[in-house]
Amino acid sequence: MRVGLFIPCYINQLYPQVAIATLELLEKLNVDVYYPSTQTCCGQPLGNSGYEEDSKGACQLFVENFAAYDYIVGPSGSCIYHVKKHFDIIEQTPDVVKVRNNAFELCEFIVKVLGKTDLGASFPHKVGLHKSCHGLRGLHLGSCSERMDPYYSTEEDLLNNVKGLELMQLNRADECCGFGGTFSVFEEAVSVKMGKDKIQDHLDNGVEVITGADHSCLMHLEGLINRDNKPLKVMHIAEILNSTI
Amino acid sequence: MSHSEKAAIFNKNEAKVNWHDKALWYVREKRDNAAHGVKGWEYLRDTASKIKGNVLSNLDNYLIEFEANALKNGIKVHWASDAKEHNSIVHKIVKEHNAKKVVKSKSMLTEECHLNPYLESKNIEVVDTDLGEYIVQIAKETPSHIVLPAIHKTKEEVDELFQEHLGTKPSNGNPEYLTNEARKHLRNKFLQADVAITGVNFAIAETGGFVVCTNEGNADMGAHLAPVHIACMGIEKIIPKEEHLGVFLRLLARSATGQPITTYSSHFNKPAKGKELHIVIVDNGRTEQLSREDFRSSLHCIRCGACMNTCPIYRRSGGHSYDATIPGPIGSILSPGKDLTKHSSLPFASTLCGSCSNVCPVKINIHEQLYKWRQLIVKDVKQPVVKKTILKITGKILKNRTSYNLVGKSARFMLKYAPRFMVYSKLNAWGKARELPKVKTQNFDDWYKAKRKNNE
Ligand code: SF4
Repeated sequence: MRVGLFIPCYINQLYPQVAIATLELLEKLNVDVYYPSTQTCCGQPLGNSGYEEDSKGACQLFVENFAAYDYIVGPSGSCIYHVKKHFDIIEQTPDVVKVRNNAFELCEFIVKVLGKTDLGASFPHKVGLHKSCHGLRGLHLGSCSERMDPYYSTEEDLLNNVKGLELMQLNRADECCGFGGTFSVFEEAVSVKMGKDKIQDHLDNGVEVITGADHSCLMHLEGLINRDNKPLKVMHIAEILNSTI
Repeated sequence: MSHSEKAAIFNKNEAKVNWHDKALWYVREKRDNAAHGVKGWEYLRDTASKIKGNVLSNLDNYLIEFEANALKNGIKVHWASDAKEHNSIVHKIVKEHNAKKVVKSKSMLTEECHLNPYLESKNIEVVDTDLGEYIVQIAKETPSHIVLPAIHKTKEEVDELFQEHLGTKPSNGNPEYLTNEARKHLRNKFLQADVAITGVNFAIAETGGFVVCTNEGNADMGAHLAPVHIACMGIEKIIPKEEHLGVFLRLLARSATGQPITTYSSHFNKPAKGKELHIVIVDNGRTEQLSREDFRSSLHCIRCGACMNTCPIYRRSGGHSYDATIPGPIGSILSPGKDLTKHSSLPFASTLCGSCSNVCPVKINIHEQLYKWRQLIVKDVKQPVVKKTILKITGKILKNRTSYNLVGKSARFMLKYAPRFMVYSKLNAWGKARELPKVKTQNFDDWYKAKRKNNE
């Protein structure tokens, strides 16, 4: 099984530790991982801003980079969701269809494709899970509170198997954090308020570390935490799953 | 003003935002409990969505069937292609009866058509009899929510308003006292009314009758006391058969307020002896929306308001920030169909979290339609030059690895070495309340090149 590692642009530039943890984790799980060096971005920021026409070049490049692999795996629910959901704007060649079908968010890949939930990690901290909307309601990484479906959560399955980790319950378990890509800038006031409320929910429930499968949401939350000096840390789920003591 | 500007003003009073958010979240939680109590809730949503889909594909036939049956029942049927026609039909009926006083109950359609100011300009008194609507009416405001029209007002604010308009005593916002006072006042209005106007929740093609759902019984009260009843409905309110009613009545109240059913589901089939019953069937842009394939299912909406209660942006920006008769997620996909330029900021007032689509009892894919509107708006409505240029350039950069590398490097350089006042300037909306990420010395590309040379 050959896996193409997709590292979203902002993770590559700003959060290399997340990319490294993702790569190491996959290697630990005996996956054959390749990192196509000419990848850029899935085009999501353009699509969500109404400029999906201008993102076609990025979509094409994405497909060129990843068509050769059996699976495409990335540590970002929303980017993967974008590939699966919105790549219909380019011609649906067999390559495009293949890439869209085989793109997986990291947790989903580990649980569904590799069939593993216990990765041998240990992380003795009180952790709050941020279920990012695109992962949750877009990729169905878990059941969402609006729907009356049986409860499940891919990320929780993984975190519950981490030694020493205490998963804290939130009052509004799957409320959006207010990032929303360019929303965070164009609707600054509401975005900030949503983020602050989300952080308060974690604080109220004794969380020490906020984690999630989408680092863009975490980046937004981290920005607020650092500005307001809140006693919270932010870590991508790959970093937690990759940690040992 | 755009949604974001209005929302920013609303957010200046954080205590009020918190209160508004909590009040609506409380309703959302009630809805969750109520939905949990129904076995097969998702199946019910599916069924409702399919019935509505069928209705929209055969709308003409069902409307004709409805008209024929309504006429048989002795109901007078009128057709209005737009708001103007709707208003003049209503006015004509009112005038024919020399009516001076009208009571109204629960009709977002008449709000949409701006019926109140129209009738008032003809010297006709119109009183909204739903408590929430009455509150916004005397405050000279518009409803901020389709089910909870005065949710933006605290009880203390209502107290002051009643003191001013009804001469009530200061009560510190005692809801019982205030409701009683309003009731006394409205009772007189009911007794004096010459005409009662109501909305329509469901019109049944098979029977020619219709149902109005209220919690205060005000539709009944108005229609039973006044000699003339005018019901106003949008063309999409039709359902094929009476047996379908059960599906929608089970979904509507639970989604709206968490009640198993509204206190009153009043069935109107024919005029009472010696009275008149009119129904005005209104298009007002609906067929145009029907013609837009991507947005057609927005006409499934049964106006339960659940998408507003669940929307984290609505809860924190207030209904008035949408500057539209129907605010919130559903309003944001309906309004651009009416006036794309005026409402061009609404589809962007969302993180596309998708909570609205999942809560919607008739399964409208609201967040997907928001995404679709964005693409159309960028093409058809003049965009701010800066935004447009930045995004166009971004598109070019992402097409090509060399330019991407360059931009990545310089951005990292800027973040690391530029002085704080430059990075956190007025132009940077991100940095107003948020720190930017701290830049590491190496990006992942560099790390990978150093550590995993042979594997590419
Ligand atoms: S769109 Fe759906 S959730 Fe929103 S008001 Fe209409 S029926 Fe209710």
